[in-house]
Amino acid sequence: MGAPDRFVRSGVNVYEVFRQERKGQAFQHAGSVAAPDSAFAEAYAREQYGRRGESVALWVVPRDSVLEIDEFVDELQKNYHRVDGYPLKEKLKEARERAGTAAPADR
Amino acid sequence: MTEQEFLEYVQSGGQVETDDWMPDDYRAKLIKFIEMHGNSELMGVLPEREWILRAPTLQRKLALTAKVQDEVGHAQLIYRVVEDLGKPRERCLDDLVSGKSKFHNVFHYPTETWGDVGVIAWLVDAAAIISQKALLKCSYAPYARIMKKICWEESFHILHGRDVILTMMNGTDEQRELVQEALTRWWGPLMQFHGNPISKEEDPMFIWRIKSQGNEEARQQFLDGYVPQIWELGLTVPDPNLRKNEDGVWEYTEPDWAELKHVVTGHGPQTAERLELRRTTRAETEWVRRTVLSEAA
Repeated sequence: MGAPDRFVRSGVNVYEVFRQERKGQAFQHAGSVAAPDSAFAEAYAREQYGRRGESVALWVVPRDSVLEIDEFVDELQKNYHRVDGYPLKEKLKEARERAGTAAPADR
Repeated sequence: MTEQEFLEYVQSGGQVETDDWMPDDYRAKLIKFIEMHGNSELMGVLPEREWILRAPTLQRKLALTAKVQDEVGHAQLIYRVVEDLGKPRERCLDDLVSGKSKFHNVFHYPTETWGDVGVIAWLVDAAAIISQKALLKCSYAPYARIMKKICWEESFHILHGRDVILTMMNGTDEQRELVQEALTRWWGPLMQFHGNPISKEEDPMFIWRIKSQGNEEARQQFLDGYVPQIWELGLTVPDPNLRKNEDGVWEYTEPDWAELKHVVTGHGPQTAERLELRRTTRAETEWVRRTVLSEAA
């Protein structure tokens, strides 16, 4: 994140706003506010995302402080810890043919 | 990613974030579309603002004030999204007050009576929420996310409008007449609201999946949802050709597209006056923005 700050007015920073709709729920990204400091960011976030009781809590975070990770390289093809690592269809078909049985639904 | 790959990505339901690569044409279309939405929220409060001091009860005055506050709040959220795409808010406001950018046709008309206030809050907001719900699936994700909050607030604005209308319809003959006159005045602009019936396959906003439905689809949805609600109150829609066919499609007199074009290009009955008010208030509040920035610095 961070790059689009270049478009913002001078003297203001962007703060990302996350809102929680009900206690116990995950905070979700709602939008952002542009503010000269954190006191204004709080005021704007309250006005824009909490005024009508639509949130029980907000996280207001300077955009620069968000560390985004969006690349997850699977160099070793470690598919043994995922569902797609176990394609059973062909093997099951072969095993049934060997045993001379049909699929449970067809019996 | 090539432009073609990007197109296929958004057409298959893919969404884009602020920092993702996007074709220049997509960015330009997004800015134009979202900026006009922001302008409409900001200009849309002016017809209602004119009635705050004349609202019939304290409750109505409070509700109307709160609605105006909500709509300005929407403008703030929307301009923030435009800013991240590359156009600062101050430039959006420059282009708005100079008449370079546009806002929705319905906000160029006068609010003559309290009946107009009811029709605006009920039917203009109803037409708007149909467009806005179709933006919840927008290919530009930050816009889609703020639309959730906007749609939520619009849903009670419609109730406020319907409550105003129902109260008047249950009142005196004179009140019923005010509602009918307002409906008659607003029907033309309402039918123009969703734009000309360009096929969605030819609509760049649909091609890029900025919108998820075509103009005519939106208008049909509006007619289907609200004409029965208008009729059940004993009101007359001023279009002798309006009817629902057996196949479920609404027929109507061709809206006046020349009027739509004339109005949105800055020649509506209230355009000049409302832009002038926006210019004046912007100049009057300049010191606030300057102070906020210098205090914080």
